[in-house]
Amino acid sequence: MALELQTFSSSAEASAALRGGGKSYLGGGSLVVRAVNEGDVRITGYVRSTDKALTSIATDGGRARLGASVTMAQVVGCEALSELAPAAKLIGGPAVRNVATVGGNLFARSPFGDFTVALLALGATVHFTDGEMDIDAFLAARETVTDERGIVVAVSFDIPPSGRFRFLKISRVKPKGVAVLTIAAAIGTDAKGTISEARIALGCMSDRPIRAEAAEKALVGSELSESGIAGAVDVIGEGTAPITDPIASSWYRAEVLPVHFRRLMLD
Amino acid sequence: MARIPVQFTLNGQEKAEFIESGATLLNVLRDRMGDTSPKGGCQQGTCGACSVIIDGELRLSCLTLAETCEGATIETAGGLANGSELHPIQQAIVDGFATQCGFCAPGMVMAIKVLLDAKPAPSREDVVEAISGNVCRCTGYEPIIQAVLSVSRSNSQQAV
Ligand SMILES: Cc1cc2nc3c(=O)[nH]c(=O)nc-3n(C[C@H](O)[C@H](O)[C@H](O)COP(=O)(O)OP(=O)(O)OC[C@H]3O[C@@H](n4cnc5c(N)ncnc54)[C@H](O)[C@@H]3O)c2cc1C
Ligand code: FES
Ligand code: FES
Repeated sequence: MALELQTFSSSAEASAALRGGGKSYLGGGSLVVRAVNEGDVRITGYVRSTDKALTSIATDGGRARLGASVTMAQVVGCEALSELAPAAKLIGGPAVRNVATVGGNLFARSPFGDFTVALLALGATVHFTDGEMDIDAFLAARETVTDERGIVVAVSFDIPPSGRFRFLKISRVKPKGVAVLTIAAAIGTDAKGTISEARIALGCMSDRPIRAEAAEKALVGSELSESGIAGAVDVIGEGTAPITDPIASSWYRAEVLPVHFRRLMLD
Repeated sequence: MARIPVQFTLNGQEKAEFIESGATLLNVLRDRMGDTSPKGGCQQGTCGACSVIIDGELRLSCLTLAETCEGATIETAGGLANGSELHPIQQAIVDGFATQCGFCAPGMVMAIKVLLDAKPAPSREDVVEAISGNVCRCTGYEPIIQAVLSVSRSNSQQAV
């Protein structure tokens, strides 16, 4: 049965219409409409906002702000976001990328959420109708946070300088495949090549993207060499609970994580 | 539920209908507008059989709500042929035996059309990427890729 769609010109009105539960915000719809088509009766209606600000990309002074309705195709097409294009380009096929939004990706359960893995490594800020949060806090509270703060209106982050950001998605089917695992890393080095900062994010290692904090700690003060990263490779799986799905078992994902992490670091 | 009006251009013709709010474009095209060329395969965004072109972009009609297409220009496989004369993409698929059961073909040709409209002489890699969201269980894809490359070769010959 079709569900009613309510359209509002402002995100504040859309946020208000969502309160009370049951209704689902409609971004690109690639997960919500899919769930309804599959018979998810928890969704009782759709709400969307046509606010223009939601579809805009701003890149000023080294910082990017992507409206929540910006699509993966828009990210791929934006020159200033070329460091992130490889992450956006690996999401679904062309038709999915034309609708899959940054906002929707923040809520996607594993094995989806590849772009959010990238945003987590970049330490993005999530902006709501009412206030903002860092992405770590957002991910911990994402089931309830929009009730309090309204819909996500944008994400912002410092655009990584070339070479600082690394991204790897492993899938069985190429070019369009669901992730076995996803790894994103933002690695800062000092003049001597010693790692001064590291943020590592993992996809498929929990029901949502998570940080690899033990590996981050092990990397700081080391060099990006086989011996320098060995300690981080040993602990990359710490705190993870990989998912099991038709693509791979939890056991398999845990086994291959250190292998792919090592490759990404030494690439 | 109250019906709501929706208007768009479908394969060059103005269409206006009263539809159920929240109805998918796939259902509206097939059940209300008589265009059965987009196929409902999975309704999950996975097979691409329902692919159509909305305002020049490849889209999955099973995941698109019809009322979000108000005022849009929609193209489907049903509008490609000119009378009995097939569109060059369709003809290349027939000539190259690039369709067997035919279920994927209406979506596949739309994915190919978007590619060739933007890039008349694509590389093999471009073709693979362009049809990566369209599943074909019969052909093994190679005949489809070859058919697209043959259209692209005749495009470049015409350009000379
Ligand atoms: C065939 C196929 C392949 C896919 N492949 C991938 C893949 O490789 N990688 C990947 O990461 N994902 C993949 N996806 C999943 C999905 O397309 C993406 O995660 C996409 O980014 C979700 O965005 P959306 O706008 O379509 O979300 P929607 O379906 O619109 O929404 C998803 C959820 O987020 C909520 N939401 C959306 N926007 C907001 C907002 N602004 N504020 C508050 N809540 C919001 C919705 O209410 C809903 O709960 C795939 C999907 C399909 C159908
Ligand atoms: S029916 Fe739309 S993708 Fe399969
Ligand atoms: S020809 Fe049968 S699915 Fe492609």
